[in-house]
Amino acid sequence: ECPGTSSAQAGRAAACQGCPNQRLCATGAGGPDPAEAAELRSRLRGVKHAVLVLSGKGGVGKSTFSACLAHGLAADEAKQVALLDVDICGPSIPKMMGLEGEQVHQSGSGWSPVYVEENLGVMSVGFLLSSPDDAVIWRGPKKNGLIKQFLRDVDWGEVDYLIVDTPPGTSDEHLALVQYLSAVHIDGAVIITTPQEVSLQDVRKEINFCRKVKLPIIGVVENMSGFVCPKCKNESQIFPPTTGGAEKMCQNLNVSFLGKVPLDPQIGRSCDKGLSLLSEAPDSLATLSYRNIIQRIQEYCDQHHFQEEKII
Amino acid sequence: ERNNLAGVQHVILVLSGKGGVGKSTISTELALSLHHSGKKVGILDVDLCGPSIPRMFSMQDNAVHQCDNGWVPVFVDQGKSISLMSIGFLLEKPDDAVVWRGPKKNALIKQFIADVAWGDLDFLIVDTPPGTSDEHISTVEALRPYKPLGAILVTTPQAVSVGDVRRELTFCKKLGLRVLGIVENMSSFVCPHCSECTNIFSKGGGEELAKHAGVPFLGSVPLDPQLSQSLEEGRDFIQEFPKSAAFPALAHIAQQILDGTSQQSS
Repeated sequence: ECPGTSSAQAGRAAACQGCPNQRLCATGAGGPDPAEAAELRSRLRGVKHAVLVLSGKGGVGKSTFSACLAHGLAADEAKQVALLDVDICGPSIPKMMGLEGEQVHQSGSGWSPVYVEENLGVMSVGFLLSSPDDAVIWRGPKKNGLIKQFLRDVDWGEVDYLIVDTPPGTSDEHLALVQYLSAVHIDGAVIITTPQEVSLQDVRKEINFCRKVKLPIIGVVENMSGFVCPKCKNESQIFPPTTGGAEKMCQNLNVSFLGKVPLDPQIGRSCDKGLSLLSEAPDSLATLSYRNIIQRIQEYCDQHHFQEEKII
Repeated sequence: ERNNLAGVQHVILVLSGKGGVGKSTISTELALSLHHSGKKVGILDVDLCGPSIPRMFSMQDNAVHQCDNGWVPVFVDQGKSISLMSIGFLLEKPDDAVVWRGPKKNALIKQFIADVAWGDLDFLIVDTPPGTSDEHISTVEALRPYKPLGAILVTTPQAVSVGDVRRELTFCKKLGLRVLGIVENMSSFVCPHCSECTNIFSKGGGEELAKHAGVPFLGSVPLDPQLSQSLEEGRDFIQEFPKSAAFPALAHIAQQILDGTSQQSS
């Protein structure tokens, strides 16, 4: 059992033998030092719930889902929602939230998130780039540094839900996130996939990554699940679930299946326009599916909080 | 000093800033098309976190062997005219995550480029993960001595993808990598029941980007459930489904690559 990448035993426990991260953990190059951890904890003290949106696979709809989740949760004006985009190479969130071209402002208390609504703030490397052609061609350590800065220097304030959108994979950014956020309580990860095995094979790795770093899994969402022709209403499986799709994978791995979302041109359109699908197409099946999933995530977070309070 | 790429005529990288647009799909179908045109092709899969290539050729249960010159690539066919290398072949447990930081990824990529005994190849296609980071920098730098032909950039039509691919174009420019052209994947879907065409992922972004960036537009590949199915099952789509929706566009992409290389030699 992995002792945890920021624990004193990191890289030194018996279970570390053979782990690809062993040397790095043993040199302590992994987690934040105690002073940093204290700083992060202090900065993120006002965050009640943190949800990571992950996938082993690229292009399955993490950012799309993160944006929907943010809008869905922020529909309750009493809740303060924050959306952090740590995809440094391919930051999609600014465009999806209609915030392209926005810049980040510094204040005495740190960087200000860019607000879509009064109760919905966003941060992304996209806001730090001056041109849409600018590429962030950084190696791992520099990416980690920026992620730490986002967590440490952004003045999030009191936040009910911090949603973190991630790039695909299981690498520097993901390790950095888990290590830096270990200073805070993460409710868990929502894992996104599409139905076909080519995606699932990567997503199983992501599930194992979560287990290895002891990140609770809230559940899996199957995106791009079927397409209903707008004309004849027949369904086509454009991305066929040849091995049973996410539902079967969840059964096999004992992970919660949160729901399916169909392909719908309105999804891509709202993303491109930077508008909320939930408002643009309130009656679509895709919106209905997203709303159900968002509710289940909310319930999970509320239960969690309740349990934590009970323990205290 | 051993040079395992000495017998490789042309190296082509398949890139995208964006994930999930079809880099591995295009790499696979390009390899199959070139193979059917009589060429010897290798695919080097440098996506260490999400290696898709083995399954796309139904080779996911294969292992890699060593020889005097390094690693022997996995041969797909009896005639040994399609060969593959991927971290997928090195994993003991396929569901285990490869949770490596940059330096370790870079080391393996260098090994993949130097230590695979490809032999004589007409084309080596290098399939990459999404992004502009460690894997990409290391791959381009390690391939530099072998003067790659260039890169094919894959996008889908919608703005969110095009946005990332613009950055990838900058990456290519900064690293001195020639752009062979842009492929727009998942262009549209024609309903098999009623033939209604739906632009599920918006429309036109790939062609506009090519125009804006002054690079060739290699074509639009439509969504094709038969293509998805073939990739799932590791089947040869080019051979088995020549009448399917995606075939003409995929064949055309391969033809442009072939035309490009024959122009070069003449």
